[in-house]
Amino acid sequence: MRRRNFLAATSGAAVLAACGAKSAPPLPPGALTGASEVLGHRLRQPDFPAPTETRRTSVAIVGGGIGGLSAAWKLARSGCEDFLLLELEGETGGNSRAGKNEISAYPLGAHYLPLPPREARATRQLLAELGVLQGDPDAAHPTYDERYLCHAPQERLYTNGYWQEGLWPTLGVPAAERAQYARFQEFIQELRQRRDGAGRRPFALPLALSSRDPKMRALDRMSMRDWLLGEGYTAPGLHWLTDYACRDDYGSAAAQTSAWAGLHYFACRDGEGQVLTAPEGNAWLARGLARAATGRVQPSALVFRVEQRKKDAVCDVYLAAENRSIRVIARELIWAAPLFLIPHVFAAPRPEWLAAIRGAEYAPWVVANLTLKAAPQTRAGQPLAWDNVLHDSAALGYVVATHQQLRYAPGPTVITWYRALHEEAASRPRRLLNTRAAWAEEILADLSRPHPEIRELTTRIDINRHAHAMIRPLPGRLWGGTRGSFELGRPGIQFAHADVSGLSLFEEANYRGVLAAERTLARLGVSYASSL
Amino acid sequence: MQRPLLVSVFIVASCGLAYELIAGALASYLLGDSVMQFSTVIGVYLFAMGIGSWLSKHVAGNLLVRFIQIELLVGLLGGLSAGLLFLLFTLHAGPFRFTLYGLVLLIGILVGLEIPLIMRILKREVAFKDLVAQVLSVDYIGALAVSVLFPLLLAPHLGLVRSALLFGLLNALVAAWALWLFRAQIGPLAGMRAQCVAVIGLLALGFGFAGTFVSLAEANLYNEDIVHAESSPYQRIVITRWRDESRLYLNHNLQFSSRDEYRYHEALVHPGLAALPGARRVLVLGGGDGMALREILKYPQVESVTLVDLDPRMTELFSQSPMLRELNGDALASKKLKIINADALQWLEQTQEMFDFVVADFPDPSNHSLGKLYSTAFYRLLKQHVAETGRIVVQATSPLYARESFWTVVATLQAAGWQTTPYHALVPSFGEWGYILGGRREYRPPTAIPVPTRFITVDALPALFHFPVDMARVAAEPNRLDNQNLVRVFEREWGRVQAP
Repeated sequence: MRRRNFLAATSGAAVLAACGAKSAPPLPPGALTGASEVLGHRLRQPDFPAPTETRRTSVAIVGGGIGGLSAAWKLARSGCEDFLLLELEGETGGNSRAGKNEISAYPLGAHYLPLPPREARATRQLLAELGVLQGDPDAAHPTYDERYLCHAPQERLYTNGYWQEGLWPTLGVPAAERAQYARFQEFIQELRQRRDGAGRRPFALPLALSSRDPKMRALDRMSMRDWLLGEGYTAPGLHWLTDYACRDDYGSAAAQTSAWAGLHYFACRDGEGQVLTAPEGNAWLARGLARAATGRVQPSALVFRVEQRKKDAVCDVYLAAENRSIRVIARELIWAAPLFLIPHVFAAPRPEWLAAIRGAEYAPWVVANLTLKAAPQTRAGQPLAWDNVLHDSAALGYVVATHQQLRYAPGPTVITWYRALHEEAASRPRRLLNTRAAWAEEILADLSRPHPEIRELTTRIDINRHAHAMIRPLPGRLWGGTRGSFELGRPGIQFAHADVSGLSLFEEANYRGVLAAERTLARLGVSYASSL
Repeated sequence: MQRPLLVSVFIVASCGLAYELIAGALASYLLGDSVMQFSTVIGVYLFAMGIGSWLSKHVAGNLLVRFIQIELLVGLLGGLSAGLLFLLFTLHAGPFRFTLYGLVLLIGILVGLEIPLIMRILKREVAFKDLVAQVLSVDYIGALAVSVLFPLLLAPHLGLVRSALLFGLLNALVAAWALWLFRAQIGPLAGMRAQCVAVIGLLALGFGFAGTFVSLAEANLYNEDIVHAESSPYQRIVITRWRDESRLYLNHNLQFSSRDEYRYHEALVHPGLAALPGARRVLVLGGGDGMALREILKYPQVESVTLVDLDPRMTELFSQSPMLRELNGDALASKKLKIINADALQWLEQTQEMFDFVVADFPDPSNHSLGKLYSTAFYRLLKQHVAETGRIVVQATSPLYARESFWTVVATLQAAGWQTTPYHALVPSFGEWGYILGGRREYRPPTAIPVPTRFITVDALPALFHFPVDMARVAAEPNRLDNQNLVRVFEREWGRVQAP
């Protein structure tokens, strides 16, 4: 007779969430920010003032994300000080920028770096330079400063009303499905150990150093989901985890993602899942790189026209803060901005570039920082971890900014909520354009399932939208031949964005930036020790 | 007549769900395993309601009178249920689970009778399809109201005991209201009026004295007289006294007993400080009770002591209460002392100060937050604040009961670059207890303890540094922030000790 009482009692959280809109206090204040899309979209109708000043430099770097900063870092380390980095935003860092309030710094985008494998030499050198990697950067398992290693407990998963340890769903999963987990993990372990005749791993990071074995590269032609099904993997938990991994790293669902990329996520690293992180996410890495470019960065600078000439490149740059344009003439150009901008900016883009860009898709992201009066409570299961993932959610869960702070007292905190809009593309955004209020309601509803008290705890919600947050490794995009023209570059122009790799990863952007810088140094006749 | 009865359906439905939630929450709180407790309580309750509904066909006579009597009985049983169960649990006065499920069964049967009775009463006036629609929808709305209010308002603000009494009162008031409304149809009223007054009076009295009642029950939990109890933002502080013995509990864990705390604190301070005749600047981390400070201040060469304790209530309490000031020798009033209420880790990160002797007297590493205070990162940070010839001492749980935990702390200090000297002492209230000295140079035991002591003497020292076989070193990994293995080891070892 009162079956619904039972439902009301057991799903109290859901009931609360449903009633939240009516009885809850007004939405916490906050800001809605994003990549400078208004400024960026002016590229579609270029009506910029004519340049009033000409600056000459040896190297112009367009874009100050990890790719551009890495190029600047390598140039400066090699004694080439004559370069100018042009950045669209008010500050460099790209996806690795951070915000800060009176409680903590917090990420606006990328928030961690898995311990890099040996092949990612440039990334390891950077970490050594920053003092975080101690001892020999080329060691199989170097020592890291424990303040930057993610503190325990690292991750937990909210499933069936309970917080379980780790991200593999185990609660109530039958033995037959766990056996599939084990089979998959054994396969991944074998992939990590495997070497081809040239000593290359099937899935290396940077991916350019991977084995050329056509059997492996064929994996790029199917989706991760289809590969799993083809191999007889049917366990829902395994499908959930791989889908989560694809959404988390690539902004696309497993059914949209190249199986090569999906397997790369699992097989490219051997750091036992350990990551480096800080309250401000990856901003400390961006800052570490940017030190090399001090004084040679032009912020709020929109490059609206690039023309390659025989001996130099001409960049026309709109300085938004001054509402005027300048002309930068450089002997060498390093393009470190997203590749989709090329048709809008280059006076004469090469046909193979345009062909390569056609069909590229970018994942939009929404990243929200919630300032909380106190840490959210755990009703059942494992205590609050660094990464807290909800199983039945389109979002990716939340990360606790104060987790890495050296303090033990409870207190206010900032949590960062991540949502890859895997169901839509940057070129046709719908939900991305929702108002702040709509997003805030959705975020609070999502988090109120494990934490019914979240609305009362939240004092601020700041939402950051990234329309073109990362390029998607759709099937065929990695080894289908489209990236080649960007990988090779041209005399006078090198490409230094993670888009060139097709995977939006720190190590890839770092590798592309350093590679572009080294080729540029060679052309300028500057001697350098390779970091690759 | 129809509307008042529907209003009472709403209240009755709210109360019905409230008892179920309270019983489930109380059982989870006292017995743990909330999924198990909620499932079984809800299961028994729903089953009992089924019995009640079935039994309702046997209820005859004046239905209004029966309804009022049932309301009074539900109010009484439901209202007192939480208090009764809480008392029973703390007094160990009877079979707890039996009483719990018995009460849930009884209340469930009575609640199961309510709705069928109301429907029979209303049947005379309302068409059946409207009747079912109205009564059941109001019933469900009442349930929703409570399921929202309970976790948000009632449980956190009123507590379980008072919430139960509140709903008991509501049931009894419905009875009184019905009695007044239908006085014409009920006949002679005197007896029922008295019943209503008695039940309402009893429940109201209970509501008024619930605070006293809860502390009474807490006293039974401690088996001692509570002389002070408060909740600071950081912890529950309880001080008890039994005859001439005082005890401090933080979050229900014993911190000291006045009977033998001198053993604990002398062992903590003197082996280290007596060996440092040049020590002028001393730092105490934790230890807001001032006991370690009392021992430190016995050394005339100590010029300044900095005490960093997170909880200002602790240092206030131990510098104000006459009884506690007698225990710590009024050490917190010392002119040499500087008290800082801050997070030890954060404070150490920002300070430039250097010290000759540091006492790290933190609670045991029972969770990840406290585990940070026993990590290589913390001991490295500490090293930046200890003079070249200085030394630290760390309380490090029991090498007997938590042997691997103790040696994990030793391994952690060593990994952070300290030369370690572990030792132990018997503190009857705690058992065999462990400490670790750390320094940049090798430790040499003092040749004299130059201050008055009751336990630590030079003759007694060699035995402290000797570890019998059952406490001898075992292999252990350092406790790093990124693995926090100490928390897991500690939980496993103490879980074994405390298991029945």
